[in-house]
Amino acid sequence: MRLEYFQMITRVVSFDAQARTLTAAADVPAESPVFEGHFPGYPLLPGVLMIEAMAQASGWLILGLNGLTAMPFLVGTNSTKMRDFVQPSTPLVVHAEMIGDGSGYAVTKAFITREGKKVAEAEIKFAVKTFPDPKFASMIREWGERLQFPFEKLETA
Amino acid sequence: MSSTFETVSKIISETCDIPLEKITSESHAIDDLGIDSLDFLDIAFAIDKAFGIKLPLEKWTQEVNEGKAKTEDYFVLGALCGKIDELVAAKGA
Repeated sequence: MRLEYFQMITRVVSFDAQARTLTAAADVPAESPVFEGHFPGYPLLPGVLMIEAMAQASGWLILGLNGLTAMPFLVGTNSTKMRDFVQPSTPLVVHAEMIGDGSGYAVTKAFITREGKKVAEAEIKFAVKTFPDPKFASMIREWGERLQFPFEKLETA
Repeated sequence: MSSTFETVSKIISETCDIPLEKITSESHAIDDLGIDSLDFLDIAFAIDKAFGIKLPLEKWTQEVNEGKAKTEDYFVLGALCGKIDELVAAKGA
């Protein structure tokens, strides 16, 4: 995680196009300017960043399923719950499953676990828009490479 | 069993907080009901789920943008319900 850059996923652990699921590691850093304000002397990962982590894992799932052709944009969440506090230096696992998709939208169910115990969950909705140009597509692919996205499993149908 | 219009108007009312009585088959989703494009994604999701179809929203939008169709061909509720019925019939064919 690089909280101040809004990069919440450390690496993609698994992607299953058939099951329409993705798992990602999200390692909460020991230090970040975010913790200086949230909260002074009592650092906690903000709940909105847990939502963002679930949205980004879901985003990589959607990108994988559309063969890296269209970008998902967060437009809403339902049934969002924070179940526990998360401190710095905590390894998290983010799980995402596609539960609905259609023309220009996708809906996922996502949750975060710490040592197997759920700490957050949400149903997340996305608008999905075709990449604006090939340069953007290249940037996304390079980003995916940094996250060790398993490109050999891309859904290109 | 509810008619297509009853189901669609209920979805729109619940998704966009629009009183049911304001929604008629002549209502234009964008011009009369003020539904924006992101709200319409929510509505499309609910319609797809309720009828077991996939509304081709991107195709419709492209046709409107290219001048091949008018927004009222797809976004006036009576017309929208007609398109839904066609998609449901095509699914069962």
